[in-house]
Amino acid sequence: MADPTSDDTGPNTPGQPPREPTPREAEVADNMAVSATDPHTTPANPENRISVGRRAADAENAEQIVQNVPGALMPARPGHRATKTARRRPGKQQAEVGSTGHSWDGIEEYDNPLPRWWLWTFYATIIWALGYVVAYPAIPLVNRATEGLLGRTTRNEVAAEIQRFDEANAPIQARLTSVELAAIRDDPELMNYAGNAGASVFRTYCAQCHGSGAAGNPGYPNLLDNDWLWGGTIEDIHLTLLHGIRSPDDPDTRYSEMPKFGLDGLLDDTQIAQVTQYVLSLSDQPHDAAAAQAGQTIFAEQCTACHMEDGTGDRAQGAPNLTDAVWLYNRDGQADAAVIQRIIHDGPFGVMPAWSERLSEADIRAVATYVHGLGGGE
Amino acid sequence: MWDSLKLIALGAIAVFAAIAANYARDLAYMVNALTVMLAAGLTFMWVLRRMEGVRLAPNRNEYLDGVVRAGVIATAGWGVVGFLVGVIIAAQLAWPVLNFSDVAQGYLNFGKLRPLHTSAVIFAFGGNALIATSFYVVQRSCATRLWGGNLAWFVFWGYNLFIVLAASGYILGATHSKEYAEPEWYVDWWLTIVWVAYLAVYLGTVMRRREPHIYVANWFYLSFIVTIAMLHVVNNLAVPVSIFGSKSVVLFAGVQDAMTQWWYGHNAVGFFLTAGFLGMMYYFIPKQAERPVYSYKLSIIHFWALIFMYIWAGPHHLHYTALPEWAATLGMVFSIMLWMPSWGGMINGLMTLSGAWDKLRTDPILRMMVVAVGFYGMATFEGPMMSIKAVNSLSHYTDWTIGHVHSGALGWNGMITFGALYYLTPRLWGRERLYSLSAVSWHFWLATIGLVLYASSMWVSGIMEGLMWREVDSQGFLVNAFADTVIAKYPMLVVRTLGGVFFLAGALVMCWNLWATVARQPRIAETRVAVPAE
Repeated sequence: MADPTSDDTGPNTPGQPPREPTPREAEVADNMAVSATDPHTTPANPENRISVGRRAADAENAEQIVQNVPGALMPARPGHRATKTARRRPGKQQAEVGSTGHSWDGIEEYDNPLPRWWLWTFYATIIWALGYVVAYPAIPLVNRATEGLLGRTTRNEVAAEIQRFDEANAPIQARLTSVELAAIRDDPELMNYAGNAGASVFRTYCAQCHGSGAAGNPGYPNLLDNDWLWGGTIEDIHLTLLHGIRSPDDPDTRYSEMPKFGLDGLLDDTQIAQVTQYVLSLSDQPHDAAAAQAGQTIFAEQCTACHMEDGTGDRAQGAPNLTDAVWLYNRDGQADAAVIQRIIHDGPFGVMPAWSERLSEADIRAVATYVHGLGGGE
Repeated sequence: MWDSLKLIALGAIAVFAAIAANYARDLAYMVNALTVMLAAGLTFMWVLRRMEGVRLAPNRNEYLDGVVRAGVIATAGWGVVGFLVGVIIAAQLAWPVLNFSDVAQGYLNFGKLRPLHTSAVIFAFGGNALIATSFYVVQRSCATRLWGGNLAWFVFWGYNLFIVLAASGYILGATHSKEYAEPEWYVDWWLTIVWVAYLAVYLGTVMRRREPHIYVANWFYLSFIVTIAMLHVVNNLAVPVSIFGSKSVVLFAGVQDAMTQWWYGHNAVGFFLTAGFLGMMYYFIPKQAERPVYSYKLSIIHFWALIFMYIWAGPHHLHYTALPEWAATLGMVFSIMLWMPSWGGMINGLMTLSGAWDKLRTDPILRMMVVAVGFYGMATFEGPMMSIKAVNSLSHYTDWTIGHVHSGALGWNGMITFGALYYLTPRLWGRERLYSLSAVSWHFWLATIGLVLYASSMWVSGIMEGLMWREVDSQGFLVNAFADTVIAKYPMLVVRTLGGVFFLAGALVMCWNLWATVARQPRIAETRVAVPAE
């Protein structure tokens, strides 16, 4: 059945009075119990098509509800089974589909066929799967699996990509490892490579402790400033990277230990408090002058071997400079008497891994160049 | 006589649990043993008190609905718990200070609460919903009372004891460290016993049915019960270190263990969260829409295709790992072929509404069910897509996976369960209707908005993460540090938390509405429902 609102007499133009309803439209209007001549309800007016459709659905729904009322409330209709009634929507006649004839707690099932698109898409995925299985490693055999006609595996693809970059980078890596460390900065091409490679190595291996911006964390040195524990030349940084600091696996590691003055009973708590005040005074922090005075003598006896007479430290032993107001263990970068007291009492120290076993010389040189170039390099 | 035997058994269990608590080698085992002792003791007293009075034999001509009522309450309650923990851990990811590591000594860390969240929503909320609705549906569609007397009650209480044991174990450190299979060996044993009882009740009822044919919902429920039993037993094969300790050693190792775990994990999704909930869908959507199911043929074909295909798809969780390539390929192609069988359920659900689409205007419960089926369709398209190796290389380990899981869990499992609870509550308690349909509308919109916020933020975050992780410069060096991606995710993590808050708020509205339906309305019908005569 053709759509009466468009096909029979052509569309109405807005503003014109509606035309006369066709016999079909009159029948539809009658089914919906509305006037076929009223322009606000007639199916002949295309403006009404939404409400026409809605009324048709409502009528259909009402009928369905009546059908679904349990038999206890309705007189029995012998032999009745729910069948899909032809839709009353004008222009949309559908063939009736029967139910399977069973009913469970009032639920019935239509005997509709499988949707075509569903079935064909299902077949298509199966055919695609068969093709994929032939093309790629898929079927396990006795000793190995089929390799697939394409001979490609995800592992090979990754290996090939790594190899491509390795080959591309091999010449410049060879040059990086052959020149003097100090000469790297004079070669723009090497600097460009080492900057990229070093940054990548740093983000992967170093950022966990030193932070992705290299600003450090309490206990982990800031690599951006001019304060270096073990030296800030590129050679120093390179050596630190190769062998680490207090790294248990490397016999050549940089090693030193701050005595545990409190734990080992070398100083009592009053003396530690006095030294703390003296240490604060070295970098002109607020301090108790009298206690600092007393602390100075203790400092001279106990601390100067490593931190030097003037407290400027000794890089050969990794002894920090105490006069520059840069603190390895701190809170929010500020000097803190309690933290200094804990350092003197407990003598904590950190560990940096030796990287010579884990990274190539080219990578170590690259990251040394990168760190050296961050701003504090000497 | 029978009661005396029960008393002896319960007493023995309580005494053994007390001994076990005394010799316990770790805190989790001790707390769990005390819980078992308490449960056995309470049951002992209950049996003892019941022995005195006159006992009415259960009427075989009535449905056993008490256990379904209990299940409805448990589902709603565990749902709120699960969603709440989800909101908390989502907030912990955005603001790590909320771990309260100093105060809680690590007991409330993300790592402890995360399995609590997943188990609470999947097993406590979803599991109780499945048990309760399956007991309701199997009775109605077989026109017979549940088989096995009070065995159904044992299933309900036993299952909830399992949840309590598992959850308290996680917090105190008893875990297999297998995703979605964290409970330790003795909790696994207990669940096995409960599950066999569940299978017995279900099969017994189906075999005693008074309908000539088994309704499609029951096929799905039964496949869920049988397959979960198999998955659970195999994946949890483990040797206890001591009978008085929670630690056990899993039987498999290395990549075999990983493969077994994801064979389990994927089919927990496939049979617990898909097949079981399809059973729910096949009953409640035709009932609520008052329309016949669209196609019987489709239901047969997609059922068998679904359960055949799903079981092979597990390896797609292990793309680009030590798993041999051939296994990954098979997992992938079976996932692709699974697409249409999964959609068969969606088509049957949606097309059942043909001729009743206008009801969506007036019936928010039906609207909820339709959105559930819609999200089911979306998640079962997204799943096969993400199983493709090339897509997986981008999506794996990112938030995209989290978004995918939640569009399925919140959208499909959550919404269809809410619909079922709204359907069941007035009928089970003999009330005329729900207390407030506008509250259902509120729930619908809160849940839908929460869902959209959650899923879309995780899609954005996941794809961004994947792109950032794989970004290399012209010399092949990674451009971003891992920490950079964590910082970049922050806004999406906040939006995700907000989505969770919306979803939780919706569930609270539902709980209030269900409570008011029962408490604020008079009973108009008998809650003892007779089995219809032939």
